[in-house]
Amino acid sequence: MSDSKTSIGEVELRERVRALLAQAHPDRVDRVTFRRAQYDHGLAWVQFPEGYGGLGLSPGLQAIVDDEIARHAKTIYWNLAINAIGIGMGAPTVMTYAAEHYKQQLLPRIFTGEDIWCQLFSEPSAGSDVAGLATRAVRDGDDWIVNGQKVWASIAHKSSWAMLLARTDPDKPKHDGLSYFLLDMKSPGVDVRPLYQITGDAEFNEVFLNDVRIPGDRILGKEGMGWRVAITTLMNERVALGGSSRPGHGLSEKLLNLWREEGPRGPRGADGRTQAEIAILRDAVVRLHIESELLGITNQRTKSAMRAGNPGPEGSVAKLVQAELNKKITELGLEVIGSDALVYETGYPLRRGEDFPARTRRENAKHDFLRARANSIEGGTSEVMRNILAERMLGLPGEPRVDKDVAWKDVPRG
Amino acid sequence: MDFGFSDEHEELRRTIRQFLAAESGEQAVRAAMATERGHDPKLWQRMAQELGLAGLVVPESYGGAGMGPIEALIAFEEMGRALACAPALASHFAASVILSVAGEADREALLPGIAAGTSIATVAHVDAAGRWDLSDVSNEARREGTGWRLDGDWRYVLEGHVADRLLLVARVPDGLGLFLVEGETAGLTRKALPGLDLTRRLADLHCSGVAAKRIGEGDARSGLERALLLTIAALVAEQTGGAARCLEIATDYAKTRYQFGRPIGSFQAIKHHCADLLVSVELMKSAAYQASFVAATGEGDLETAVRQAKSYCSEAYFAVAAENIQIHGGMGFTWEHPAHLYLKRAKSSEVLFGSPAQHRERIGERLGL
Repeated sequence: MSDSKTSIGEVELRERVRALLAQAHPDRVDRVTFRRAQYDHGLAWVQFPEGYGGLGLSPGLQAIVDDEIARHAKTIYWNLAINAIGIGMGAPTVMTYAAEHYKQQLLPRIFTGEDIWCQLFSEPSAGSDVAGLATRAVRDGDDWIVNGQKVWASIAHKSSWAMLLARTDPDKPKHDGLSYFLLDMKSPGVDVRPLYQITGDAEFNEVFLNDVRIPGDRILGKEGMGWRVAITTLMNERVALGGSSRPGHGLSEKLLNLWREEGPRGPRGADGRTQAEIAILRDAVVRLHIESELLGITNQRTKSAMRAGNPGPEGSVAKLVQAELNKKITELGLEVIGSDALVYETGYPLRRGEDFPARTRRENAKHDFLRARANSIEGGTSEVMRNILAERMLGLPGEPRVDKDVAWKDVPRG
Repeated sequence: MDFGFSDEHEELRRTIRQFLAAESGEQAVRAAMATERGHDPKLWQRMAQELGLAGLVVPESYGGAGMGPIEALIAFEEMGRALACAPALASHFAASVILSVAGEADREALLPGIAAGTSIATVAHVDAAGRWDLSDVSNEARREGTGWRLDGDWRYVLEGHVADRLLLVARVPDGLGLFLVEGETAGLTRKALPGLDLTRRLADLHCSGVAAKRIGEGDARSGLERALLLTIAALVAEQTGGAARCLEIATDYAKTRYQFGRPIGSFQAIKHHCADLLVSVELMKSAAYQASFVAATGEGDLETAVRQAKSYCSEAYFAVAAENIQIHGGMGFTWEHPAHLYLKRAKSSEVLFGSPAQHRERIGERLGL
């Protein structure tokens, strides 16, 4: 952040937001018009350079922009709801590595949500060890021909573009043989199928790639540089997953409401539970509530540290805490409900995640309990997060790598 | 809440850390531990006079450092890291109580000595039942003529064996009263307790018709509540500093101890424990900072912030100190290694000022659960 401009302070930034709102107000124009104007004012990603939706400022100042818009508008667009992967991960990757004409073409449409983006990294045989992936890209003239299977691709069925990681050289060690492509999801040979989870919902997809042709100028970075580009994407993923909860509105909010409405001291009564049992359960609720509050405070500390330009370990801690805590909170939710936790009222009809009907508080609690199992797997398992914390933050040595200097094709897989 | 620390804050932290590294290293701590007083009075006076650690929140007009909760947070974090043997928490408790309860004359009489480190003051509010909340106070003061007399037991009093000014909390007809008893007073018996924690001393007091001077007017309850919360905020800062130090010690060892031809920190079995300790320490910082920033800014509910911090930091400090021993293996179980000093400090500060379960119970009440 040392190269960031410090010439624009908070006051000028707020003035700039008001100038945007004078020109295009979200309560009066449609989403695409407003978001395009926000982009043109350099208020989409303030850390990006001027002309690319930014102003060359410290990323922590984006919060000022969001705050100022929220003060003056009723219609608030959430990046996470519009195009989480595109805005949070695609854009920084495009900004850093794409050719100029792709930046101009793609960045504004990512921000407006005209183009939804997805990520095609994980494969059935490459989870935590994503750099071991097997999808092959083979040169054909100026183009590349891609074959393989990707998995855990959220919103791939709605996406216009994908960030695709594929192997271009199987004779090199795994990290060195990868390349990073921009894939037009409408290309022939791209087959997207729903992947049903333990909830019965399909939030994710399997994506089959059969002789998919990609023009040569859609490599980000250079051939063989794919891992470096992917790191940019993945670092932004962890920021996006860990950092949303605030004190008083954290993970435990639902648990407290569940306790009040459905718990042994709520209107449904004790369900035969003794005062001692209730006291034990209540203590567990408060304990998790406290941890949830501390997660929210930790996120605020991350923001304070980012504003001051000294990000510490707080941000990396948040993803791990959020995952583990949400599992514990939702597990306890079923205990709060009591014997009726045996019933799963909605059943398990297999359907797209966005298609489920409105559910009652208890039905939600049961669904949340199942959905939370993925929290410590998606976006980096808790085990991987612990490795990162220990190795990058504490400086502990890595595990010896048996696949480090071996050609990818010679590494055992399964 | 913006948790920004200023350059002055960072400078204060550096100054205290350097001083304690030079003057209160492990050898000095072990030497102080072995004395009857439990601390080195000369060092304490230097800590008071050179660093302001005895009167952190005492206004400058009474000879104090004139600082606030955030500076206290930093000072106690650093003293906790170093396991400094000193009547710092007792002094902070006493100064906070005097500032929120006493009138001008008593402030002038009591605060300058505390701030200079020449007088050791402490607060006693726990009665024979050993409960830490002010609602649990059952000792009663009785009027005698124009004065007051105290009878009963006050337990687990910080530095109660050496304090020359004891501030005792007792019931009075209009609520709670604060009473000053000089260290050497007829009818007062003090018994130094052999502590689980060797680095902080406690004593039991017994009063048998002790003549006491009442401090402040009217019900002192709300002033005492605030002072108690501010003292617990200092204690959680101390816990946080201690845990951060344990994490450093454990991590350093994991990098340099080799078994099976590798540093033990390269094994995920050890590495993941270290990562979990880092998570605990970061959440402790969040808890402790929140408590002190709420105290400093008045934004938010101090009682909730302090009680959640005491509950979390108590359990987390103990877990970190215990894991530090485990990571050290047999070496960590020896008297020679400092790991046990932190473990004992951690367990005793978990109990001090109320158990985690007790604080959670009160939070549950405040949340209407």
